[in-house]
Amino acid sequence: MNVYIIGIGLSPPRKISPEVSFREMIYEAAEKAYLDAGIEPKDVDTFVSLSEDYEEGTAIFDEYVPDQLGAMLKPVHTICADGATGLASLFAQIKTGHFKIGVLEAHSKLSNILYHSHVHAMALDPVFVRPLEINPYFVAGLEMDMFLDSRGYDELDTAYVVAKNRTNALLFGRSSFGSFISPEEVLLSESVSDPLRELDIAPNADGACVIVIANEEIAKERGRDLIKIAGIGFAEFTPNIERWEGDAEYLKVAARKAYSKAGIKNPVKDIDFAEIDDTFSYKELQHIEALGLVSFGDSAEALKEGFFDLGGEFPVNPTGGNIGNGNTSLMNGLRAIYDAVLQLRGDAGNVQLKSPESALIATWKGLPSASGGVIILRREG
Amino acid sequence: MKFEGISLGLKEFEKEIKVEWKGKLEYEWDCGIALSKFMEGLKHGKILARKCYACGRIMIPPRMFCERCFRPTDEWIELGDEGEILTFSVSFVNWDASRRKKPEIPAVIRLLGTSENMGILHKLGEVGDTLEEVLKNVKIGMKVKAVWKKEKEREGAITDILYFKPIKRRK
Repeated sequence: MNVYIIGIGLSPPRKISPEVSFREMIYEAAEKAYLDAGIEPKDVDTFVSLSEDYEEGTAIFDEYVPDQLGAMLKPVHTICADGATGLASLFAQIKTGHFKIGVLEAHSKLSNILYHSHVHAMALDPVFVRPLEINPYFVAGLEMDMFLDSRGYDELDTAYVVAKNRTNALLFGRSSFGSFISPEEVLLSESVSDPLRELDIAPNADGACVIVIANEEIAKERGRDLIKIAGIGFAEFTPNIERWEGDAEYLKVAARKAYSKAGIKNPVKDIDFAEIDDTFSYKELQHIEALGLVSFGDSAEALKEGFFDLGGEFPVNPTGGNIGNGNTSLMNGLRAIYDAVLQLRGDAGNVQLKSPESALIATWKGLPSASGGVIILRREG
Repeated sequence: MKFEGISLGLKEFEKEIKVEWKGKLEYEWDCGIALSKFMEGLKHGKILARKCYACGRIMIPPRMFCERCFRPTDEWIELGDEGEILTFSVSFVNWDASRRKKPEIPAVIRLLGTSENMGILHKLGEVGDTLEEVLKNVKIGMKVKAVWKKEKEREGAITDILYFKPIKRRK
């Protein structure tokens, strides 16, 4: 039995959102998604919501999930996971045959956190790492240093990611983080944890996103925009930062699983474009290599040559990725799914690619994690 | 009943090797449309609710959407500050689990004018200092009224209402 995405809804990422509560923001995204899917919440059999208690400032946050989704007295799972892992959880429920329609939700109110670094610190090992009392961006600095060094890349290489994604976002026109910026200008931004600079970091943003999926019967009844979840995989590495190898091992495993399910032999040939986590600039290149889109050490050159540009052979983050749209934490992956669906439906406006039929989405749980997943979407008909 | 054994206090734990971390977990939550107006109302001594025209429920704390009908709510309704007790408890423990002499009395109060089972969570006051007194003075279904902070001291918070106290019947 195949599973399809039948509805998407977004309360777009923005720097701050004082005009609405998280409930009102999620309600907006849910209403849009249900309208898009042509369903009402009473038609939904199961819900998965992604959240992290420390980011919400509320323990047992799952209790706060149902109301604004129309999920009262229905099965709801709240998990702390990236977008692909969340979708995989919902996908598996539909595959059991016991559920016909499922809803995936994630949101961000990162602007409400006064000391984000302290929330990050709570994710570090309390005995071995946290007592060192260094701003947790150091974790990205360490990994970036290892990644650049092992490939012979430099900071200008990752600055190209920032320039590409900010420019794509500007062209797309939804985000306030879009700008025409050159890689050289990126290097003028201040160092955060060398070699990581301020502009290498996707700026925090608020927003909400809801995705509706359904079994084949429901999707085909609906008729239009058949977007199939052709493959999915996810993996976690280790919380021990000392063990990381700088190669995004989690994504290699996740990609292998997703490709095999989707029957993909050569991702660049078999897939038309990708949404790839770029929460830090170097992560996009690291993820591109882990996904096998180019060989080890070849991503920087390919990027410079325009291979991943809007008009390139294999566009990556055509709407601007997280750097161009903002870092919405666990919602990043859902924003990526949303934008990939726009592309596959031909609704991506200024950044619309020419009739793409398949999309690759790679998500990462964010700092300081080594977890992520891969989704392959394919348009049918 | 007396329990045998050694009671452990902070002193005993201080002997252990420990890792200390004082995380600054602070938030400024956006209250949004519904709760911001509710809080603003409290500052002016008003209790505001939202009505859903589809199911007819009057909701407090207010919501811009009805979680049952899954549609936007329609109208602001100002409620009185009197109601009846739906449920209450008498709490004798402090945050550190030590005993309180004078109990706190959390209660759910259905304000007059709201729908059935639509209560506001708050505290009761002026109902006694011992369990016996409280249980004698407080009954489910009893009518109570809000006791507000002085207008100048209100700040737009749920604590602008100090507590609810029984409405004494005139004889």
